[in-house]
Amino acid sequence: MRRDPLARKGLPARLPQAWRQPLAVSGVVIAAAWLVIAVAAPWLAPHDPLAQDLPRLAPPGPEHWFGTDQLGRDVLSRVMHGARVSIPLTMALVAMSLLIGGLLGACAGYFGRWVDETIMRLADLVFAFPTVILAMVVAAALGASLTNAVLAVLVVAWPAYARVTRGLVLGVREREFVLSGRLLGFSAWRSLRVDVLPNVTGPILVLATLDIGTALLLLSGLSFLGLGAKPPSPEWGAMVSSGVEVFDSWWVATFPGLAILTVVLAFNFLGDTLRDALDPRTARAIKERAL
Amino acid sequence: MTLAITDLKVTIGGKDVLRGVDLTLEAGRVHGLAGESGSGKTMTGLAVLGLLPHGSRVTGSVALEGRELLTLPAKELNEVRGGQVAMVFQDPATSLHPMLTVGRQLTEHMRHHLRVGKAEARERAVELLRKVRIPGPEEACRRYPHQFSGGMRQRIAIAVALACSPKVLIADEPTTALDVTVQAGVLRLLRGLCDELGLAVLLVTHDLGVMSAVADEVSVMKDGLVVETGPRSRVLREPDHPYTRTLLASLPDAEVS
Amino acid sequence: MRSLLKIDDLVVEHRTPGRPVVRAVAGASLEVRAGEVVGLVGESGCGKSTLARAVVGLNRAASGSITFEGEPVTPLGLRRRTMTGVQMVFQDPYASLNPRRRVGDQIADGLRVAGDTASSPADLLERVGLPRDFASRHPHEFSGGQRQRIAIARALAARPRLLIGDEPISALDASAQSQVATLMRDLAVSSGAGLLFISHDLSVVRLIADRIAVMYLGRIVEVGDTAEVWADPRHPYTRALLGAIPKPDGMGVLPAELPGDVPDPADPPSGCRFHPRCPLVMDVCRTKEPEFGPVACWLHGPS
Repeated sequence: MRRDPLARKGLPARLPQAWRQPLAVSGVVIAAAWLVIAVAAPWLAPHDPLAQDLPRLAPPGPEHWFGTDQLGRDVLSRVMHGARVSIPLTMALVAMSLLIGGLLGACAGYFGRWVDETIMRLADLVFAFPTVILAMVVAAALGASLTNAVLAVLVVAWPAYARVTRGLVLGVREREFVLSGRLLGFSAWRSLRVDVLPNVTGPILVLATLDIGTALLLLSGLSFLGLGAKPPSPEWGAMVSSGVEVFDSWWVATFPGLAILTVVLAFNFLGDTLRDALDPRTARAIKERAL
Repeated sequence: MTLAITDLKVTIGGKDVLRGVDLTLEAGRVHGLAGESGSGKTMTGLAVLGLLPHGSRVTGSVALEGRELLTLPAKELNEVRGGQVAMVFQDPATSLHPMLTVGRQLTEHMRHHLRVGKAEARERAVELLRKVRIPGPEEACRRYPHQFSGGMRQRIAIAVALACSPKVLIADEPTTALDVTVQAGVLRLLRGLCDELGLAVLLVTHDLGVMSAVADEVSVMKDGLVVETGPRSRVLREPDHPYTRTLLASLPDAEVS
Repeated sequence: MRSLLKIDDLVVEHRTPGRPVVRAVAGASLEVRAGEVVGLVGESGCGKSTLARAVVGLNRAASGSITFEGEPVTPLGLRRRTMTGVQMVFQDPYASLNPRRRVGDQIADGLRVAGDTASSPADLLERVGLPRDFASRHPHEFSGGQRQRIAIARALAARPRLLIGDEPISALDASAQSQVATLMRDLAVSSGAGLLFISHDLSVVRLIADRIAVMYLGRIVEVGDTAEVWADPRHPYTRALLGAIPKPDGMGVLPAELPGDVPDPADPPSGCRFHPRCPLVMDVCRTKEPEFGPVACWLHGPS
């Protein structure tokens, strides 16, 4: 059998081929660019995002690439600093949903019976409401703040992970190597931890990557509605909201909106590529096309 | 000589899968193609029908009664497939369309290739099912594949293959997935149909017992080449090539007796 | 030889909602002794896999008993299994090993259960005929035959007194089948364990089994020493089964056909389950089921 260097890390050998698609490359490039901006914003941004001493509503020009808003703040600097707020928060949000939803779903799938019933009915309860409305209700009930907006999105996001994880666990649970483990004296917890969970991470990772876009949209949406970030925080959704007030000065709302768009697209491309790479059938099709 | 394969070479993704295969099929005779997995025996069958995977490079000649198949344009090759050369595959669970009735699967083929009317196609379908010994053929036409057992499904697959009276039948491990008592019935059927209809049959299998029961000639393949070919009794009882001898020796029966 | 496994009139039911209950195993009795290889053969739907799984506790017994070393076998629940003296090798080599863990780590699980601190996973790999350095690799680097050997190594690492093979060679290449079957036999017998080998391939079972049990539609119809059953099969089904095997002797003899289909296990025939297809059927066969052994046939009725 051929020894594949990537295989030693547990990554499928087909990863390299799928990543070479143009969609994947643009996704990686854009996401990487935003991550750099998020980290380096204090040094990259030309102005202080909160300083209100610039000429108001100046259109985009050589001095202010993205123009200024109605309070005299540089839009470019605010967009850059916005990355420091939105992106880490979104990733933390997705990570938490994944952990909570994934763990609950795994327990539902593995232990079955009343555990399964309880968790899945809770999930159904959340699914019964339109996502945005429910998030709004929760955020409003908790009080408008960025932390509470994050909690609101968490409440509506965990069931999707729970359902997917449960399905995957049900599939893996009956596989022969899992049964062998139990016959060798594995406790149910050990079986879940060592045999089941490591083998369901693939599709869940794809879901999470694709979900980053959705989470960002939801978070920005809540802030847009005034239920999230409080001014003067340079959060993109809030910036779009205040930009709508001065719609003639199109640049105030457009650039934060474009920021959201590009981040969401980038992670969607990444997620699609990850899914193609990990699904054995599409991975093979990509490989054959390249031959 | 119904089908002549000469110096057939197939390369897939840089790997030489067939390295110069020579084989002939005669009407009314079963030619067995033996070998282990990876020897290229399935690829040989697929090459005849032009069903090789994407990106394969083929050289050599596959001539059906003198007519070269490898260089045929797609439209004419489609006429040949099903009409002149038909194939039966290994897995009865996936070789039939799960959502069409059995009758429909038979009549579709016939109406496409033979351009017959609905009523005539239906009659021929019932007759075919009777020929492959499916009980209650009229009723069977209305049923779906999943309602039949594995052995029955394989018989239906044979009926589908024979629907347009082909000259050549390629059977790729047709009984490997079947129980041994069911296999016996399908083997008898294949032999009977070959004799009755004058088919040229290429029987691809790794099972030397099956080969011994049904084949007239036997070719043994190893690593993309035919290493030995000849009448069945000679090859299986007095093999020339050391590889054939190894194959026979590795059989469990050989070790016991 | 002392008795290891005793299956007594086992019934295993299979329920699907909305359909009648199916008795996949409808009263089977079998014994396996230490150091003995018993081959359980039969065609699709006869219940042999269901029986094998019931022996390790993966299926629940509806009635009858399964005892291992005198203790009743409990179904596998959420509790940690203590009856680790019975191990199983499964049919699909591509699902028998955790794709995410190194092969050596998986074998080490077995060693831990046996409390074996002297052997290493590499030792076990050597015993199944694989290179020692395979221990640091992952399963996807190996062929089906190699994976099956690793699965056997893992099962044997636990020092089982009873090894069960549920069609362990069916998914392998023809050349690997005899080798792996013989390996299982040699390793089991040399350690004094019993081996229950389930297969539909009679030629291989003939090679390695001391005794053969033939199953049909949920019941064991014949049990006996391998050589005797092969030379003189007494139950008509056994005779049909052996007669249907094509011999690779180059003589062009078509194997005998067994007419009819296997009946639906949800609605088995009355009396002897084989009677609709039996060439030697008598009146009593249609009404009374032969509930005796070693040959469950009225032709060889209880004397």
